[in-house]
Amino acid sequence: MTNFPILSLITFLPILGMIVVLLIPKKQELAIKGLTIIITAIQVVLAVVLLLNYNYSLGGINDIKSFQFIEKFRWIEITGFSWIGKIKIDYFLGVDGLSMPMVLLTAIVTFIASISSWTIDKSVKGYFAMFLLLDTGMMGVFVALDFFLFYVFWELMLLPMYFLIGIWGGPRREYAAIKFFLYTLLGSVLILLVMIGLYFSSMETLADGTRVFTFNMLEMMNPANYTAGGILSPLNPNNLRFIAYIGLFIGFAIKIPMFPFHTWLPDAHVEAPTAISVILAGVLLKMGTYGILRVSYPIFPEITKDLTWYIALFGMINIIYGAFCAMAQKDFKKLIAYSSVSHMGYVLLGMAALNTMGISGAILQMFNHGTITAMLFLIVGVIYDRAHIRDLDSFGGLGRQMPVYTGFVTVAFFAAIGLPGLSGFISEALVFLGSFGNDITRVLAVVSTLGILLGAGYMLWTLQRVFLGPLNEKWASLKDMDFREFAMLVPLSAIVIFLGVYPGPMLKLMNSSVNTMVEFIEKAQSFYQSLGSL
Amino acid sequence: MDSQFLINTSLYVLFLPLLGFVVTLLLSKKVKSVYLFENLVLILTFIASVFILYNKLAIFSDTKIVSDVEWFSFPNTPIFGDISIKLGIMIDNITAMMLFVVALISMLVHLYSIAYMKGDERYNRYFAYLGIFTFSMNGIVLTHNILMMYIFWELVGLSSYLLIGFWFEKKSAADAGKKAFIVNRIGDLGMFAGILILFFTYRTFSFSEIFASIEAGILPFNSTFWLGITGILLFGGAIGKSAQFPLHVWLPDAMEGPTPVSALIHAATMVAAGVYLVIRIFGLLTADAMLFIAVIGMISSFIPATIALTQNDIKKVLAYSTISQLGYMIMALGVGAYQFAFFHLVTHAFFKAALFLGSGSVIHAMHHEQDIRYMGGLRKKMPLTYWTFVISSLAIAGIPLTSGFLSKDGILASSLAFANLTGHWLFPVTGFLVALLTAFYMFRLIIITFHGEPRDHHKFEYAHESPFVMVMPLIVLAVLSIFIWYTPNPFNADQGWVLSKWIEKPVLHTPVETRFDFMKPDSENFSHNNEHIIYSSTYSEAMHHAHYPAMFISLFVALSGILLAFVFYHWKKVDVDTLTEKVKPLYNFSFNKWYFDEFYDKTFVSGTLMLSKALGWFDLKVIDGIVDGAAAATKSLSFFVGNFDKIVIDGLVNLTAYLSGFFGLLFRRIQTGKVQTYIVLVIFSIVILLFIFR
Amino acid sequence: MVTVGLTHFLVISTLLFSMGLYAIITRKNAVMVLMGVELILNSANINFIAFSRFGNFGYNGQLIALFVIVLAAAEAAIALAIVLNIYKNLSTVNVDEVDNLKD
Repeated sequence: MTNFPILSLITFLPILGMIVVLLIPKKQELAIKGLTIIITAIQVVLAVVLLLNYNYSLGGINDIKSFQFIEKFRWIEITGFSWIGKIKIDYFLGVDGLSMPMVLLTAIVTFIASISSWTIDKSVKGYFAMFLLLDTGMMGVFVALDFFLFYVFWELMLLPMYFLIGIWGGPRREYAAIKFFLYTLLGSVLILLVMIGLYFSSMETLADGTRVFTFNMLEMMNPANYTAGGILSPLNPNNLRFIAYIGLFIGFAIKIPMFPFHTWLPDAHVEAPTAISVILAGVLLKMGTYGILRVSYPIFPEITKDLTWYIALFGMINIIYGAFCAMAQKDFKKLIAYSSVSHMGYVLLGMAALNTMGISGAILQMFNHGTITAMLFLIVGVIYDRAHIRDLDSFGGLGRQMPVYTGFVTVAFFAAIGLPGLSGFISEALVFLGSFGNDITRVLAVVSTLGILLGAGYMLWTLQRVFLGPLNEKWASLKDMDFREFAMLVPLSAIVIFLGVYPGPMLKLMNSSVNTMVEFIEKAQSFYQSLGSL
Repeated sequence: MDSQFLINTSLYVLFLPLLGFVVTLLLSKKVKSVYLFENLVLILTFIASVFILYNKLAIFSDTKIVSDVEWFSFPNTPIFGDISIKLGIMIDNITAMMLFVVALISMLVHLYSIAYMKGDERYNRYFAYLGIFTFSMNGIVLTHNILMMYIFWELVGLSSYLLIGFWFEKKSAADAGKKAFIVNRIGDLGMFAGILILFFTYRTFSFSEIFASIEAGILPFNSTFWLGITGILLFGGAIGKSAQFPLHVWLPDAMEGPTPVSALIHAATMVAAGVYLVIRIFGLLTADAMLFIAVIGMISSFIPATIALTQNDIKKVLAYSTISQLGYMIMALGVGAYQFAFFHLVTHAFFKAALFLGSGSVIHAMHHEQDIRYMGGLRKKMPLTYWTFVISSLAIAGIPLTSGFLSKDGILASSLAFANLTGHWLFPVTGFLVALLTAFYMFRLIIITFHGEPRDHHKFEYAHESPFVMVMPLIVLAVLSIFIWYTPNPFNADQGWVLSKWIEKPVLHTPVETRFDFMKPDSENFSHNNEHIIYSSTYSEAMHHAHYPAMFISLFVALSGILLAFVFYHWKKVDVDTLTEKVKPLYNFSFNKWYFDEFYDKTFVSGTLMLSKALGWFDLKVIDGIVDGAAAATKSLSFFVGNFDKIVIDGLVNLTAYLSGFFGLLFRRIQTGKVQTYIVLVIFSIVILLFIFR
Repeated sequence: MVTVGLTHFLVISTLLFSMGLYAIITRKNAVMVLMGVELILNSANINFIAFSRFGNFGYNGQLIALFVIVLAAAEAAIALAIVLNIYKNLSTVNVDEVDNLKD
C-alpha cells in the first residue's frame, strides 16, 4: 500500500466534478448528467479498490495504528492565544471496519441515485452541482476521524440537501425542506456544543512534547488525555458527561431518525425527488447511527453502558411504532418512509446489545437497509413517474400489467420483511440474537420480534393493494420498466440476494472492529469505574 | 460406498429444484416449453431421492449422516468467544423417507399440473414456483440445525404465498395468500423466540449439539421450566405451519390456490413440516411441553372435523380434514407416539394428495366447479378418479387393508395407552370421535359427488375422465395407500419394516425428572445410560393392552361413520334438511367454521388496524403537532417580537417625531408670517416679562 | 419758568417711540412701517443725547447717536430696496400679504 491519498480522492472527487459541472454551459444537460454518473461510478471503483486493499485483521476504533489509508496532517494552526493556548486542527482521514461498509454503501447508493437523477429536467446544472456537493459531505462524514473535520462534513451535507428538497421537491417542498433543515440544525448545534466541550477537556501530546487541546476523536477516546478541570473530563467530579452524552445522542438520533424526533423524515421523503429520497434513506439516516457508534460509544463508553436499556427501548419503540404508523399510511412513499423508521429501530436495538453479534447485526442492518430502502424508493419512483400519484388505494392489479416491475417489488418487499435468503433477514436475525444475548436488552428484544410480524403485515398489504387483485382499468396503459430503471434495480437486487445467501464477507469486514469496540467498551467501563466518576 | 456420497446426492435433491426455479423463472417469457425443464429436474430429483432412500435404509440404516460447512462466523468475540454459524445436512431414516415423500408427490404434482394448468397465462411461472417450493421443502427436511430450518421454513412460506395467490387477479386469492403468510408468521415468532433461547443458551443451532448440551445438564436460564417453554415456543412454528388451533384459519382459505398446489403444499408436505419440526425437536420436549402439544393437537383434530361435516366446497372439506389429520399427528407426538406420528405423516401425505388430486380431477372435469351440490353421479363418467378417491377415503377413514388404518390405529392405541398411564382420557375419546366424524364426512363427500343423480346436467354432459398425466398420479398415490408397502400384516404394523426398521425410535434428551413417568428409563437401563431407550417397560405393556381395544373401537366407529353417511345421503333414510333445521344453531356454528374468522377479524385484525390508525393519527397530530406547534410558537414569538419592535420601539421614535410635528402644527398658528404680529407678540412678551421680573 | 429737564426729553422720546411702534404695528404699507422704524430709531437718539447731556457719560451718547443716524440711513436704504423688490415680485407693499415665510 502506498501513501496515495485515496480517501481524499474518494471524498473530494465529487467536488472536482462539481466545479467541472459548474463550468459546463447550462444547455449541455447530457454532459452534466453523464459526468455526474461517471464521477459516482469512479467513486464505486475507488471504494472497491479500498475494499480489495483492506486488511481485515485490523480493528481500528480507538487505535490510530490499526486504521487504514490514514491521511493526517495539520490543517489549521493558530498560535498566540494566551487563554486557550494553541489551536490545532488536523485533517485526519482513515477507515476501519465500522466505516468501510458505510463508504461502500455511500458509493453504491450515490451511483444508483445519480442514474435515477437522469429524469431531472429543472435547472439541471444546479441540481447536479448540489448532488455532487452532497456526495462529498456524506463521504467525508464516514472517513473523517477529526471531530472538527467530521462536523464540517456533517454540515456540508446539510446545505445541498436543503436545496435539493426545497427546489426539486414536490408541492410542499418548502415546508419539508425547512423542517429537515431546522431539525438537523438543532442536532448539529447539540453536536457542536459537545464537540467544543470535549475540545476543552481533552489534550493531546504533540511530537515535541507540548500538550494542546485536541479535536482528534481517537485522542478523545483515551481517558488519560483528559484534563483535570475539563467540563467533560471524567477526572472532574462535577463533569457534565451525562448531559453531554444525551445531547450528542439526540443530535445523532435526529438523523436516524429516532422516535420522537422522526417526523421530519416522512415529509422530507414525500417531497424529495426519487433520487434524493434514495440518498436520504440509503445514506443519510446511517450517518446518525454511524455517529453514535463512531463518536458517542467510544468517547463515552461508561455512559453508553449505563444507558443500553434506554437505547434498546427507543429501538423497540422505533420498530413497533414505525410499523404501526406505516400500516396507517395511504401514501406509498410515506409508508416506505415509516418503514425506514421501523427498520432503523433494529439498528438501535442491535447497537444496544453491546456484543459482537448485536453490533455486527446493526452495522449490517445499516448496509442492508441502505440497499433495500434504496430499492423501495426507486420502486415508488417508477410508479410515480408513470401514474403521477402515490395513493395506495387508487392502484390495484399492477402485477398483471407490469410483471418485471412486480418481480423486483416482490424481492424488495420480502427483503424488507426479512425473508431468509435476502439480506434483511441476516441482519435482523443477528440483531435479535445479539440483543437477546444481553441480559439488559433481552425482554425488549423479544417484544421487538413483533416488528417482524407487523412488517409482514403492512408490506404484504401494500403489495396486495398495489399489485394484486383485479387491474384498475385506469392504469391499463402503464408500461413496464425501461432499461434505465432495470439497470438501477438489478445491482441492488444482486447485492440484496448475495448478502442474504452469503453475508460472510461483509461480516468479516467489520468483525475485528466490532470486537475491538466491544472490548474497548468493556474495558473502559472498568477504567472509568476506577476513577470513581460513575 | 461412502456415506459422504449420500450427502452429495442430497445436495442434488436440494439444489436441482432451485436450478429449475431460476431457469424456469428467467426463461418463462422467452421459452414457452421451459416447464418441461422443470419437470425433468423434478424427475431427476425424485430419482436421487429414491437413491438416497434405498441406500439409507438398506446400507446405512443405523447411522446418522451429518455434514456441515461454515456459513459465516464471528471469531474471537469478547463475550461469546468464537461463534461459527453452520450450514449442514443431516440424513437419518426419517430424513430419507420424508425426502422421498416430498420428491415423489412433488414430481407427481408437477406432471399432474402439466394437464391441469394447461392454458394458464402464467403457466411457466407456476412451475417455477413449484420448483422453489420443492427446494425449500427439501431444505427443511435435510437441515441439521434449527436456524436453517427456520430459513427454509420462511421460504416455504414464501412459495406458499406465491402459489396461493397465483391467480392474484382474484381478490380472494390475494387475500388468502396474505393471510397464510401473516398467520404463519405469528407462529414463526414463537419459533424464532425459541431459537433465540436455544442460541443464547447453547451458542449453536445444531440439533445434535443442542441435545448433547441438554444431556450434559445445560438448561436455558438453568431451569427445566424454561426448557419446556422453549419447546412450546418452537412448537409455535408448527402451530402456524401445520395449521393447528388457534392458527388454523389460513389453511381453508389457502384452497384459493390451484388444486395441485393444495395437494402438494397444503395437504401432503408443507403443512406436515410442522409435524416434522416437532419430530426433530422431540428430544428436548419436557412432559409439560408434550402435554401442551397433545392438547393443541386434540383440539385441532376435533374442531375442523365438526366443520368439515357441513361444508359444500369439495376442497374445503378436504382442507378441514387435513387440519384434523395433522391434529392427530401432533396429538400423537404429544402423547409420545413418535413413530406413529411420522408413520401417519407419510401415509396421510399419500392418501391426502390422492384425495386432493382426485378432487382436482373432478374440478377439472366440472370446469372449475367446486361446489359438491352441483355434482353427483360422476362415478360412471370418471371411474378411475372415483376408485382412487374411494381407496384414499377408506384410508383416511381407517378401514383395514389401507395404510391409514395402520397409522391411525397406532395413534389411537397410543393415546389409549397414554390415557391408561396418565389418566388423560380425553385424548382417546376425542380421537375416536374424530375418527367417526372423519369416516362420515368423507363418505358424505363421496356419495354427494360421485353417487346419485347428476344435479347440473349441463356440466355433467361435458364431464369426462381426466387425461393420463392426471390419472397416473392418482393411481400411484392410491396404490401407495395400500397396507402392503408398509407391513405384511394388515392389522398390525408393529412387525412391519416401517416401524420396526425404518422409523427409528425417538431419543429423549431432557432431564429425567421432566419426563412422563412412562418415558423414564427403567432402573436396569438407567444405569447403562442407554439413551436410545426412552420408554419404560410399563409403556410397552400399556401399548400391548391398548392394541386390540383400540383396533376394535376404531374399526367400529369408522364403519358406523360410513354407514351413517350412506343412511343420510345414499339411502336417504333420514331427511338431512329437516335434521339440519332441527339443529340449526349447531349447523350454523359448524357451517360458519365456529366463527373463528369473524372473531379474529373483529379482535386482532381490526384491533391492529385501529391501533395503527390511532398511532398514525398520534404521529401526525401529536408528535408532528408538537413539532409544528414548536414551529408555530417560535413563529408567533418572533411575530410578537417583530411587532414589539415595530410598534413599541419604533413607535417611540415615531411618537417623538409625531409630537414635534403636533407642536409644530400648534405653534404654526402663531407663525402668521406677518412681522407686525411678531412684533406685537414680542412687545407683549416683554411687557409680561417686565411684570414678572420686576 | 420751567427749565427743560431730562424728564421732558424722555417724555418726548417715549411719545416718539410709541408713535413709531404704533406705526409699525398698525400700518399696512411697508413704507409706513419703515417710517415707524425711523421714528423708533430717532426716539432712541433723543434718549442717547439726553443722557449724554444730563448724564455722566461724556460724549459717548452723541457719538452713538451719530452712529445710529448713519446706520438708520443705511438701514433705510436697504429696507427701501427690499420693499421695492417686494413690490416688484409681489406687486404689493401691504405687509399682511407678504407672508411667504409662513410656509
